[in-house]
Amino acid sequence: MAFLEFKNVRIAGMAAGVPKHVSSNLHPELNDNVSSDYSPEDFIATTGVKERRTSSTLCTSDLCYGAAERLIADLGWDKKDIEGILFVSQTPDYILPATACILQDRLGLSKDCYATDMSIGCSGWLYGLSSLAALVNSGGIKKALLMVGDAKGRVKGKMNPLFGSAGTVTALEYSANATSLLFHLGTDGSGFDAIITPDGGSRNQITESSFQYYEYEGKKLHRLQSRMKGMDVFSFGITTAPKSIKKLSEHFGLDYQDADYYVFHQANLKMNNFIVKKLKLDSSKVPNSLHLFGNTNGASIPMTIVTQLKEQLREPRKLLCCGFGVGLSWGTVLFETDNNIIISDLVELEDSETSTYVV
Amino acid sequence: MELNEFVAKFADLFEDTDTSNFSGATDFRDNDEWSSLIGLSVIAMVDEEYDVALKGDDVKKAKTIEDLFNTVKSKM
Repeated sequence: MAFLEFKNVRIAGMAAGVPKHVSSNLHPELNDNVSSDYSPEDFIATTGVKERRTSSTLCTSDLCYGAAERLIADLGWDKKDIEGILFVSQTPDYILPATACILQDRLGLSKDCYATDMSIGCSGWLYGLSSLAALVNSGGIKKALLMVGDAKGRVKGKMNPLFGSAGTVTALEYSANATSLLFHLGTDGSGFDAIITPDGGSRNQITESSFQYYEYEGKKLHRLQSRMKGMDVFSFGITTAPKSIKKLSEHFGLDYQDADYYVFHQANLKMNNFIVKKLKLDSSKVPNSLHLFGNTNGASIPMTIVTQLKEQLREPRKLLCCGFGVGLSWGTVLFETDNNIIISDLVELEDSETSTYVV
Repeated sequence: MELNEFVAKFADLFEDTDTSNFSGATDFRDNDEWSSLIGLSVIAMVDEEYDVALKGDDVKKAKTIEDLFNTVKSKM
């Protein structure tokens, strides 16, 4: 059973970067792939996504870079002390090299830097946080950055109006006084095709037919675009998220009702409301960022903390966070913030603020 | 679990449709208000009322409300 406890690791700060451009779902743009199955009004009522941030130029790493520069400055960290980067995304800059390597150089970090990517989606912040905490808790690496996000797709084409672009940074620091980070993590690969981009990996290589459009739940898609079995994912989310939270509570002998705030992956409003109802949570303790930024995949938990809980985190708080989705994969973490956590203001990037690491 | 009760709970998920004539034999996909979004409400209702996790295919394969009722019953 993947229950993990990490001592000696504090979350020093968090930041998020988004494109400046706002796309409204009530007035879809030419580039929005709207389903013919339902109206924009019904889509907003069910998903809760009124608007989101999009860009045809900014990559995930650009958004993470902007957020990282702001957070490092706000923390007052010396860049030479940052010894690790973990970049968690399913929209990296290149198929290879790893985007974390580019970010090490772009941020001007030391060459004695651990840097790698992790490919996982909605549960990405949980998987990234647990993996990076495992590197920091021994004290071998004392300061490290977890970067989680997704932005424009790998192929030019219409965008799904459920999803928004975001790149987040969570700064971790070795600290002998830190309270424990407690995790439960899980996987069910039998649902591998519930959310999938069928072509472009080595299982189904790219051919001309990859670009041919087909009809999928009222939308036209090609095989280099991701597709989702909406009802399967919904059913998975409403059963798995509450179970994971209950398992974590039971394993560590805690009452999940004791948390100050509950931050869920921003999947869609109907799913999230149902999870809150099933767990009998006080909805005033459950912040959402979905209405403003959409489903931002793995970034959605840190996005919600940065944009909705900045003031509340001026005092120590106990947070329970749960992410679930593509994989299928899920994770839950319980942790306490301390008095000194830095939450940076949201960083908004112009379309021109892209990387120069281009070939 | 009773068919009439299931039909009533199913009918409650529709807002703009007169559902007074809904029965087990109703072809729900034939209804103008039906969409994959109401499909999500069906999955939530079945989870809440019957503690059964439906798959998308369970909803897609059902033609009538009674078909879905039978699927839920077989998973209880």
